[in-house]
Amino acid sequence: MDKNMKAKPRIGDKAAKAVIWTAALLVIAVLVCIILYVLAKGLPVISWSFLTEVPRNMGREGGVASTIVSTLLVTFTAIVIATPLGIGTAFYLAEYTKEGIITRIIRFSAESLAGIPSIVYGLFGFVFFVEILGMGWSVLSGGLTLAIMILPTVIRTSEEAIITVPKSYREVSFSLGGTKWQTIFRAVFPSAIRGITNGVILSVGRCVAETAAVYLTLGSTLRMPTSLFSPGRSMAVHFYLLASEDISMENAYGTAALLIILIFLINVVANTAVNRMIAKNAKR
Amino acid sequence: MIKFKEKLSGRIFFALALSSISVLALITVFIVVKGAPMLGAVGGLSWDPEYGEFGIIPMVIGTLAVTLGAAVIGVPVGICCAIFLAEFAPLKMRNIFRPAIQLLAGIPSVVYGFWGLMFIVPFIRDHLGGAGLSILAGSVVLAIMILPTIISISEVALLSLPPHYKTGSLALGLTHWQTIYHLMLPAAKSGIMAAVILGIGRAVGETMAVILVLGNAVAIPDSILSSVRTLTTSIGIEMGYAEGMHQEALFATGIVLFVMIMIINSLAQYVVRKK
Amino acid sequence: MNKISIERLNFFYKDKQVIRDLSLEIEANKILSVFGPSNSGITTFLRSLNRLYDLVPEARMEGLILLDGKDIHAKDVSLTELRRRVGMVFDVPTPLPLSIFDNVAYGPRLGGVKSRAKLMETVEEALRMAALWDEVQNRLDIPAMSLSGGQQQRLCVARVLALKPEVVLLDRPCSGLDPISTAKIEESLCELKKRFTIVIAPHNVQQAGRISDRAAFMLSGELVEEDSAQMIFSNPKNSRTNDYITGRFG
Repeated sequence: MDKNMKAKPRIGDKAAKAVIWTAALLVIAVLVCIILYVLAKGLPVISWSFLTEVPRNMGREGGVASTIVSTLLVTFTAIVIATPLGIGTAFYLAEYTKEGIITRIIRFSAESLAGIPSIVYGLFGFVFFVEILGMGWSVLSGGLTLAIMILPTVIRTSEEAIITVPKSYREVSFSLGGTKWQTIFRAVFPSAIRGITNGVILSVGRCVAETAAVYLTLGSTLRMPTSLFSPGRSMAVHFYLLASEDISMENAYGTAALLIILIFLINVVANTAVNRMIAKNAKR
Repeated sequence: MIKFKEKLSGRIFFALALSSISVLALITVFIVVKGAPMLGAVGGLSWDPEYGEFGIIPMVIGTLAVTLGAAVIGVPVGICCAIFLAEFAPLKMRNIFRPAIQLLAGIPSVVYGFWGLMFIVPFIRDHLGGAGLSILAGSVVLAIMILPTIISISEVALLSLPPHYKTGSLALGLTHWQTIYHLMLPAAKSGIMAAVILGIGRAVGETMAVILVLGNAVAIPDSILSSVRTLTTSIGIEMGYAEGMHQEALFATGIVLFVMIMIINSLAQYVVRKK
Repeated sequence: MNKISIERLNFFYKDKQVIRDLSLEIEANKILSVFGPSNSGITTFLRSLNRLYDLVPEARMEGLILLDGKDIHAKDVSLTELRRRVGMVFDVPTPLPLSIFDNVAYGPRLGGVKSRAKLMETVEEALRMAALWDEVQNRLDIPAMSLSGGQQQRLCVARVLALKPEVVLLDRPCSGLDPISTAKIEESLCELKKRFTIVIAPHNVQQAGRISDRAAFMLSGELVEEDSAQMIFSNPKNSRTNDYITGRFG
């Protein structure tokens, strides 16, 4: 009897373990396949001139310099707009209001809008900013659209970070004669900044990777943008157009590889930033 | 001076919150106002803007089919991966796997779509027949895309269980797998469900990954090898040139998407709170 | 005149009354122990003295609290000023996630002190008074969280002392500490009463007996009796006090 009881679960254990390992290895294989494929095809294309030259002949020749600049500009615009709005709103929700109808409305709308497909933001940005406000395809239209797209995420992640700051920090600061603003600025904010930064960096990644919404609002010209009102073409859109219209597979791979490297760098920056802040605060 | 700062900072935070909520209200109201007039006209089976037919039922079916396919493939694999990370993975592997999953989440969806076009589509065409551009191809690509969401949220759900669950069960003589299956998975159920639902939400909302691999035919599919168009791709393809009623029909499509996502998210929240 | 006079203090949290009709005089430069079983309203009592309960939306207070003869709820009393005059140490060590120096300098900085030299002077003085200076003087810039529990609590004492307060409230400051750390804190308290008025919720009767000049016994929100420590611990007037001290309940 003893033997039977032991034997059964052992087989079950082994089978289950095998299935789980298989699934994990499968995912790793797919991941490696996607990344290696793109990098293997794309890395050889990347060179100094690829990075610094403006695309020529629809992107068949030349580099991707203008798309890099467009991507950075539109992302920067979005972050500059969404970060103060989002963090400010989060502080207002977490520190300045009592739980009530207003907080619930803001929280509910942030919660709902965070899940809305980016294409819907693109649709809105295209009709509202590009057409109705007459801003045309421009860095500003694209930046504003992306800003609205990431705003719910920034609000939610920031509020989460603020709420998880221990209550005792606030009590201590108040008990030491701190005003509300001093308490928020000196005791709460430094502890919450890790989570807040993480949310913002995630949003940077989303802006860089976004294709549909940017295509509709930033446009797709290959000229180098010169101001907030110039149209441009982001790297993701460039990749999409090169690949889907079969213009230049080579340059498409190059652009994709560049994008993956950029996203990778953003992740590394986020992780080290977070780790450094943990290290700074944690026990030695 | 301090009093002044105090008042000012409160006002600034209020102003920021007010701007945020106005922006969020603006986009909601704008889409509803733009799309509402056509909302009654999108119930049909045929989409042909040139002849004034704006039925989006084929796209709804397309979206549901591709999402279901993605869930069938992605959910079991994702949950297995989460269990792997939380319970089985050697430390070194975990330290590589986790950032890799994070990277997977950050890769532009259009890259996935393109990869699908280069790998999955030809594979289906050669081995299963048809054009390759199909529900199946879209499902596979989306399944990969929703993996990071499912894996990371399920893993957190598993890791946040109190450790005495596990030690207690192991102390009673249950094996590791029995502990996971009979104890940890049921205890983490709501978190895992939420992960699945959010993953599905992501699949419903995805545009660029599927625009390249679905073939985008406006037709009601008869097999998983049929080409379909989803709600999102429909907007993505026609937005650039749509005008008048056509544009409004796309906004109505947006409202339908909006509602679908809201339902999915509310479901996720409900599941999490029920815990 | 006494440092703090409390007249008919009633305190409510939502509908629940946590302090009933409490009147008490607190003398300057003495250590007053307010002791009793948990849930007697002692923490609430301490928090009402620096109006920290203002942070709790559902709290309501009736009665009069005079600090140096002035009502602390008067309109012209600045809340931040009050809290600087009446400092507080909490029951668990609560270092902010800053360096040792920045923790102690937190209060003075809030008050507008900017000069590094002046801050340094204040920090050193406060750390010395809290008997922590010798242990940390060479590593003021390490995170406060890396100190031991006992050191952290002495840091919190120093942080309050750096405000140069008049009254120091300590809410079971030694509840999580080992006997040696506890002894160190008690030692510095006896030193500190020369300069400050101290109100402490001790974590047990023994501690109350060791350190207090005056003692007050609270039970279910009521002040049962208040007297010199000697009287209370050797010859309490009230039988409930006696029962508690001798360990018959609580």
